[in-house]
Amino acid sequence: MNNEKPRTLAEKLWENHLVRQAEGEPDLLYIDLHLVHEVTSPQAFEGLRVEGRTVRRPDLTLATEDHNIPTIDVDQPIADPVSRAQVQALRDNCAEFGIRLHSLGDIEQGIVHVVGPQLGLTQPGMTVVCGDSHTSTHGAFGALAFGIGTSEVEHVLASQTLPQARPKTMAVTVQGLLPEGVTSKDLVLALIAQEGTGGGQGYVVEYRGEAIEALSMEARMTICNMSIEWGAKAGLIAPDDTTFSYLEGRDHAPRGEQWDAAVAAWRDLVTDEGATFDKEVVVDASSLSPFVTWGTNPGQGVALSGAVPPPDSYPDGPARAGAERALEYMGLTAGTQMRDIAVDTVFLGSCTNGRIEDLRAAAQVIDGRHVAPTVQMLVVPGSTRVRLQAEQEGLDQVFVAAGAQWRGAGCSMCLGMNPDQLGPAERSASTSNRNFEGRQGKGGRTHLVSPVVAAATAVTGHLSAPADLPAVTTGA
Amino acid sequence: MQAFTHHTGTALPLRRANVDTDQIIPAVYLKRITRTGFEDGLFAAWRNDPDFVLNGPEHEGVSILVAGPDFGTGSSREHAVWALKDYGFKAVISPRFADIFRGNAGKQGLLAAQVDDDVVERLWQIVEADSSTAVTVDLEEQRVRAGDLDTSFTIDAYTRWRLLNGLDDIAITLTHDAEISSYEGNRAPYKPVTR
Repeated sequence: MNNEKPRTLAEKLWENHLVRQAEGEPDLLYIDLHLVHEVTSPQAFEGLRVEGRTVRRPDLTLATEDHNIPTIDVDQPIADPVSRAQVQALRDNCAEFGIRLHSLGDIEQGIVHVVGPQLGLTQPGMTVVCGDSHTSTHGAFGALAFGIGTSEVEHVLASQTLPQARPKTMAVTVQGLLPEGVTSKDLVLALIAQEGTGGGQGYVVEYRGEAIEALSMEARMTICNMSIEWGAKAGLIAPDDTTFSYLEGRDHAPRGEQWDAAVAAWRDLVTDEGATFDKEVVVDASSLSPFVTWGTNPGQGVALSGAVPPPDSYPDGPARAGAERALEYMGLTAGTQMRDIAVDTVFLGSCTNGRIEDLRAAAQVIDGRHVAPTVQMLVVPGSTRVRLQAEQEGLDQVFVAAGAQWRGAGCSMCLGMNPDQLGPAERSASTSNRNFEGRQGKGGRTHLVSPVVAAATAVTGHLSAPADLPAVTTGA
Repeated sequence: MQAFTHHTGTALPLRRANVDTDQIIPAVYLKRITRTGFEDGLFAAWRNDPDFVLNGPEHEGVSILVAGPDFGTGSSREHAVWALKDYGFKAVISPRFADIFRGNAGKQGLLAAQVDDDVVERLWQIVEADSSTAVTVDLEEQRVRAGDLDTSFTIDAYTRWRLLNGLDDIAITLTHDAEISSYEGNRAPYKPVTR
């Protein structure tokens, strides 16, 4: 073993899943876990039927309903007939092909990228795919996880493998520690602003360094989730004791001797001393502050303490033209202080920031305060389990007392394909992952923020950090 | 999948970078459960603007899209490829494609041809000067031709081979069943199952 060439974590994961390697062909990778949802799967199942194929490993496949479902009145039939038909298609397909499905109303239902880790199905050393670009979330466990298209969903259903060209490797080393009040969401937004939306193109990125090691599993998932927003094939974090203690005892985590064997194998899932990456990026965590977006792609971001940048601060060409267009779409003027931007809606949720720690952090900010009268705030747990946990801790009471809406689990306002949408020219502070034109509803304007900035913004009505809030006066 | 060797048609100059898949087809159009009929959703929000380039009568019948860098970023939705195909596009030319979009295009026989930024600028100028200019994307020769422009484009060799031969990925993979079974026999026993 000792004379082997040092390898990166990404290389180890890749090589551990090689089914076939041949000159002139992409590598054929085995897939350990295939997650399925209603929007990107119907045409894949239809393809199987047309060709008379079966699902090779239904026991490595899990489906949930998340994208197009409502988050209120979830015990009623879905009102939109087209959404209802799509959900029904998933139910029929899962029944026909023997796939475990967590439907609306089921205790394990939720956003696919919240459900997998929560059940303990996402484990170090695995390959995880899903017809959803935010599959990169699962990389936080030291798994190689990436989003695929519907043709590839069909491919995995039929063969449990995927032909893939080998990506390059990149290290993002985050030195120092995040200051108090600065979250992993701020870190990843700052990173994307620095590297651009195409900066990760073609790479599997390993996030490492002191600041990453100090993060909880849920905070790590937020970073890996946003890997796709700068174009990366996947994001990875080497598993460590934080990972193992998160996993131990979960429904699908190994037990007894199997647990010991698994942990022993997982400890080898690190980048070897002396291994080289194709590219290295360094970020100084200690200099970061709360970070938000001003534009229409996740790379158009700035510190909350800053101002909307002038387009001529971008290089001439597509970047500057894009900035001009973004300003117009967002209805903003260069030079406006970010803190002066008023919002109509605050959305707390999504596969980026809809986990229990996110809800706890936001609740702590909003406890004893009130949502501004000009603002509606939606709190949407990432899964039904997260919702129940929050209710057990009384977080729902904190949000409701503050005037926020407490919803059922789903993708909700992260994407405009269910009833939770922004109206034209409505402006949101959102803990989700994309500020694209129309992403949260036609004509809607999105500012991406962390959960604590979302909560503070809900209170003041304009983009704010918790430090901006006056102290809560407790009754005498 | 139908084989793709070369295609000649008129081109749409889309002078935008970072065209994400939410712009190519907004989420609200993703609810169909069939593989066709997505043309109405193509650039749906932008098409509301009468000045949007695709609304120009001179661009009726276009089949080649010429766009700025980072085309197809964001969501993995293959519906973006279906919408382009259903509308009649056979090829997209850009200096840089998002990985998932490029993969999806390759599976569906939509040619994603990568060229340098200055080639895209030249193509925009040529088509803006005369929208009826015949543009050819030749996959066999791996070249783009329009007016006096004749230049190469980049595509990975395997996708090119599959497109030229119209081959279905799944059928190819299923010929390796013995290797898949052999791999499966050696998986670690602690790996989880979903039941």
